[in-house]
Amino acid sequence: MSGSVVDNTVSSGNSSAAIPTDISGQILDLDEDDDLEVFSKDTTLTDGSSLNASMQTSSASMINQYKFEEEEEDADTKDIFVTVDNPESHVTAIETYITYRVETKTTRSEFDSSEFEVRRRYQDFLWLKGRLEEAHPTLIVHPLPEKFVMKGMVERFNEDFIETRRSALHKFLNKIAEHPIFSSSEDFKIFLTAGSGELTSHKKQGPGFLSRMGETVKAVAAAVRGVRSRPQEFTDMQEYVEAFSQKISSIDKVTQRIVREQKEYLEELKECGPTYALWSQSEEELAEPLKNVAGCVDKCCKETDEQVKHLNDHLIPVLHEYVLCADTLKAVLRRRDNIQADFEAKTEALATKKADRDADSKVLSLAWGSLVGRSPEEVKQQKQQKLKGEIKEMRDELDKTEDRLEWANNALKSDWTRWQKGMRTDLRSAFIDTAERNVSYYEKCLAVWESFLQSQRTDAEGNGNVDFS
Amino acid sequence: MRERERDAEQGDARNRTSLLKKMEISVAEAEKRTGKNAVNMQETYTVYLIETRPVDAASEGTNPVPDSLWRRYSEFEQLRNYLLVTYPFLVVPPLPEKRAEFVWHKLSADNMDPDFVERRRVGLENFLLRVASHPDLSTDKIFYSFLTEENGWKETVFETGFQAKADSRLKALNATFRVKNPDKRFAEMKHYGDELQSVISQLLRVRARAADRLYGVYKVHGNYGRVFSEWSAIEKEMGDGLQSAGHHMDAYAASVDDILEEEEHYADQLKEYLFYADALRAVCRKHELTQYELEMAAQDLTSKKQQREELATGTIRTFSLKGMTSKLFGQETPEQREAKLKMLETQIEEGEELVKERNGECEEFVKSAWVDIERFKEQKDHDLREALISYAIMQISMCKKGIQVWNNAKECFSKM
Repeated sequence: MSGSVVDNTVSSGNSSAAIPTDISGQILDLDEDDDLEVFSKDTTLTDGSSLNASMQTSSASMINQYKFEEEEEDADTKDIFVTVDNPESHVTAIETYITYRVETKTTRSEFDSSEFEVRRRYQDFLWLKGRLEEAHPTLIVHPLPEKFVMKGMVERFNEDFIETRRSALHKFLNKIAEHPIFSSSEDFKIFLTAGSGELTSHKKQGPGFLSRMGETVKAVAAAVRGVRSRPQEFTDMQEYVEAFSQKISSIDKVTQRIVREQKEYLEELKECGPTYALWSQSEEELAEPLKNVAGCVDKCCKETDEQVKHLNDHLIPVLHEYVLCADTLKAVLRRRDNIQADFEAKTEALATKKADRDADSKVLSLAWGSLVGRSPEEVKQQKQQKLKGEIKEMRDELDKTEDRLEWANNALKSDWTRWQKGMRTDLRSAFIDTAERNVSYYEKCLAVWESFLQSQRTDAEGNGNVDFS
Repeated sequence: MRERERDAEQGDARNRTSLLKKMEISVAEAEKRTGKNAVNMQETYTVYLIETRPVDAASEGTNPVPDSLWRRYSEFEQLRNYLLVTYPFLVVPPLPEKRAEFVWHKLSADNMDPDFVERRRVGLENFLLRVASHPDLSTDKIFYSFLTEENGWKETVFETGFQAKADSRLKALNATFRVKNPDKRFAEMKHYGDELQSVISQLLRVRARAADRLYGVYKVHGNYGRVFSEWSAIEKEMGDGLQSAGHHMDAYAASVDDILEEEEHYADQLKEYLFYADALRAVCRKHELTQYELEMAAQDLTSKKQQREELATGTIRTFSLKGMTSKLFGQETPEQREAKLKMLETQIEEGEELVKERNGECEEFVKSAWVDIERFKEQKDHDLREALISYAIMQISMCKKGIQVWNNAKECFSKM
């Protein structure tokens, strides 16, 4: 988020990435000369009770407290409610697309009103995600549903697809709303409240194509360079993400396979009931129990059908989200690495420059000096002056990059903990939900067959000839 | 014949039979043997141990060692063929299937497979018990010696000449002929037999396919076990919950084996009646044949009587080539006519005897067969109802297991 920043020398060539000025706590250990000023300490710290919390100051009205003790309070003090529903299809000359109704209810003071209703299309969500990622490269943005599903050649306008997408978009916005930093994003606010014209013009602002290109080039260069001394905790994170990604993908695949097998089982089971019914037509005494069994089998079919639907509509989307999350995490770690690589590169460059300054380059400067008619002393002075200037610039740049890295690391660490907590909650409740549903499925089938037994018992008591041992 | 009638009149004969009252019968074991067969080639086959024990001895508490002998499947087949031929008016209990059919893929279709052998053992025991509890079949001497005489039984049964009768019976049953006055009840019974066979086949097929799919569903859950376990290794707080949930997923996947084994038993019960339907149809066919033979004899008699009449009165009421030729080439001599008449009279006498005999046979057959068919109907209604009930009980047991596993899993997930 690029709000106005206090006490910072902003170099205009920088990207729209937030540039923090205050360091809370951790100071990166740099092999530095003591005579050089390292940090500009800014005391616009908000309640920095958590050492690891990274702060980002922007305009006065939007200071965020990034504490985790407040997480529990969030549930009670939730002050923004977002709903995504009511998909509608729009046809223009060029294209057909779907819009969704986004309704917001909030008591937050920064909103002009307490209720908003807008219509948004998938592209708009993509834009929002992009903005948030740009503003906070090492924060974890919840994934959006994919552009389109290749598997099974799902049509974009298929009812199930639209519903699945709507549900995922709803979750996405709610995750954003719950996030301590994202929910105060100006872009988020505009997304929720602006009319379509206002949104379009707002979208046009922000970093142009070229500066974004510049950032990409830098990123690629950094990526190629690689990180030299990644802190262990981030390496641990990387290993975890790799493993998690594999596991969650496996679970996703297993679940999809289960759904497939269940559907095929259902297909076969659907033929059993009618066969019993057919049989009952040839029988006299047996007609009643056979018809009864046919009915039971049909009821179980219905229950199986609903159980499969539930898996499809509840467990699979959650697993899918976390498969996408794993990719997001990988990207976040990569971006953090790039920032560090950038910092390391700049550090090296500065050291080289200093070495230049300290080195005796008599021969060259003297030679040059005599050519332009200056005394060796003069030349040396000029050279030193020039170097001093360059070093100062690089120093400042390095400071900024160091701040940036510090902030990125802290942001990631905090958000990481937050994400893990969320993941645990989400997956736990999804699995519990599935287990409960399975129990309910078996309970219903049990009741069906027990009522059959009951009916045979009462018959038998009438005829007095059946043994139920 | 008289004995049978008496037994039949004694009513519900299912449990009150002569043989089972005296002895306990079981097919206790199965073993593999190798030997030389009819064409002097090595073959491996299975033999089954038939154990018999007098009922009184067991109730006295002394529990003596049972008598036993080994028989192979082909001998059971011979016994049954003998019974079919000797009691064509009875619905003879069927043997368990010769080859595994209606298998779902995990079940072996191999006759040597231990599960198949075990199920066959049970089926053979069931066959013996059915025969032993039949009011008529249980009194058969050949059956008795099958149970008690290890050596020499083969020769004894061969001496009855059943083999030849079996062959001609098969031929007759497969012949096509039309009956002029079919007995409506038997026609309906035959039709019912056809329907029963068709619908049970369909049910068995559908059930096998469903079992196959169900197996898949359960087994895939085993993958959860594996992945949860691997995942738990990288998690701190979630690890324990995931790991234990994974164990329950493994248990769930494993539980399908028992479930489907029980269902196989249900399938066997259905199969017995699939084959019973065939036996029922055979009785109906036999009745048709008997009826047809009666009709043929009666028809023949009628035509002979007509011939006599024509010869006696000199009128030709029906066209016959002989009649025409005699018209064309002149009448016969009175002596020739006399001789002919005499022959016809003899034939008519014989014919009347034959018709009387066949009529008697037919009536006997209808009476005995119908008694047995009624007995069979009652047995079938009872047995199949029991089978449906046991199927429901199986389903309930399966549901209970499912509830338990998923409740356990839910608890583990809560600890995540």
